[in-house]
Amino acid sequence: MALHNILAESGEWLSGDGPQSHIVISSRVRLARNLRNFSFPGWAKKADRIAVLECVKPQVESLPEMADAYSAYSQDLSALEKQVLVERHLVSREHAAKGIGSAVVMNRKQTLSIMINEEDHLRIQGIRSGLQLKNVFKLVDKVDTALGEKLDFAFHQQYGFLTACPTNVGTGMRASAMMHLPGLVLSEQINQVIQAVNKVGLAVRGLYGEGTEALGNLFQISNQITLGEKEDEILTRLNKVIEQILQHEQNSRVSLLEKKAVLLLDNIGRAYGILRHAHSMASKEALNLLSCIKLGTDLGFFPEDGRLLVDQLFMETQPAHLQKSSQQKLQAEERDTLRAEIIRAKLAKFPKPDGKKAIERGREERKEKEEKDGRTE
Amino acid sequence: MNCDVCKQKTATVFLTQIVDGKMQKVNLCDACSKEKGVTDPKGFALADLLLGLGASEEMERSGVGQKCPMCGFSQADFKKTGRFGCSNCYEVFSEGLEAMLKGMHKGTTHTGKVPQRLLKARQHAEELKRLQRELRKAVDDEKYETAAELRDRIKHFEPGNTGAT
Ligand SMILES: [Zn+2]
Ligand SMILES: [Zn+2]
Repeated sequence: MALHNILAESGEWLSGDGPQSHIVISSRVRLARNLRNFSFPGWAKKADRIAVLECVKPQVESLPEMADAYSAYSQDLSALEKQVLVERHLVSREHAAKGIGSAVVMNRKQTLSIMINEEDHLRIQGIRSGLQLKNVFKLVDKVDTALGEKLDFAFHQQYGFLTACPTNVGTGMRASAMMHLPGLVLSEQINQVIQAVNKVGLAVRGLYGEGTEALGNLFQISNQITLGEKEDEILTRLNKVIEQILQHEQNSRVSLLEKKAVLLLDNIGRAYGILRHAHSMASKEALNLLSCIKLGTDLGFFPEDGRLLVDQLFMETQPAHLQKSSQQKLQAEERDTLRAEIIRAKLAKFPKPDGKKAIERGREERKEKEEKDGRTE
Repeated sequence: MNCDVCKQKTATVFLTQIVDGKMQKVNLCDACSKEKGVTDPKGFALADLLLGLGASEEMERSGVGQKCPMCGFSQADFKKTGRFGCSNCYEVFSEGLEAMLKGMHKGTTHTGKVPQRLLKARQHAEELKRLQRELRKAVDDEKYETAAELRDRIKHFEPGNTGAT
């Protein structure tokens, strides 16, 4: 299977049909594994890296999960192709910088990608739409078990799976969810949430940029600890925190509708106006404005059938995707013009935001709730 | 967001580090990141930055000049990169490692998944021990027929199967 065939279709996680996918965009789990008796990729000589690669790659390709896979040596991928894979979260930024001695294998659905000779000999990654960390883990766990029967993984009686960086040792597992949290950002609660999450040993990062400056209101929540806790315990804890953040985000939206309807209407209305009429737009601005439209869709300001279009624009307006679609390398200015053009075209038939119904509905729901609370008290 | 070092310029470099087992974010401006050598990983202890201040010191204490016989990796290399050279390094540098891992994780003992191969080898070793126990008991009880049978099973059990731990 050729790369352009795979990339012509958007990955499963972008389709947005997983559980809670309006707010939890994707769930991702990766396992770091290494072979015994070989230096880690960052320290190994080129010949050793190639030896590991030639030993691991055929095993990965012969997995039943990789029956319809795309497989490539890093040096055979162009810089643009690598960047597209990074934007789709199929390879890490670090892996995209690799040349001879590294490779990537991914399935057609783009739910499973295995990086060979990234920081570790193997990085087995699963990614799915919505909140389903345990399902994603099941997939990578199965693949890991199968590979572990063929390959001699470095495993220590006490420390567990050995990794190049001691922050990954033990389970070698990093699980994360990408969340869209405009409600918490607009209501200025995001920093509190980040601090609370940090306190329980989990990390929150802006997907693009940090803290309140996170672009597109997209955040990634992940585990930090990999040693001393079972995979299942880590996932359960992470899942619980994600569900709490989800709840906070939903509450903040209800309260914004109730108390700060003008702020919402203004943000969404402005985003709509600019996206529909701008002629030059940087990637940062596009992310932030599209986030407002996505929020508007969640709140019922826009019809539900426009959702996929908006979600896809998040990806299509990323620099590498933009250049891929235009089949050429573009200067920053040209990219901004093309980005605005694509957005205008895609949103040409997008109806105006209609917040009335949503706000009224919010009011009614609140009234009902108050009456109900009144009865039970 | 302002730079954590000079508190004046806008931060452009964002780093996450672990201090005493807690995640800390360090935001640096261009000038300070250059001064700290963040743009030149060779010039400073990346280990300290990535794994918490003191991580490289911890490693240093565990025997200066020691090198991993398998991959040639040294403490100085760890200090530079915050990464090990090979899986054997975990044995060579185990002394400083323990304290470092304690600060980073929940304990220092893995409780999660064990590779199938090892699991099988372990089960195998346990099964062999069980057979040997039964054999001793059969001999003690003077059940020679059972003993002969067990001896036979152990004989077929052993070759090439006891190597793994
Ligand atoms: Zn500064
Ligand atoms: Zn070593």
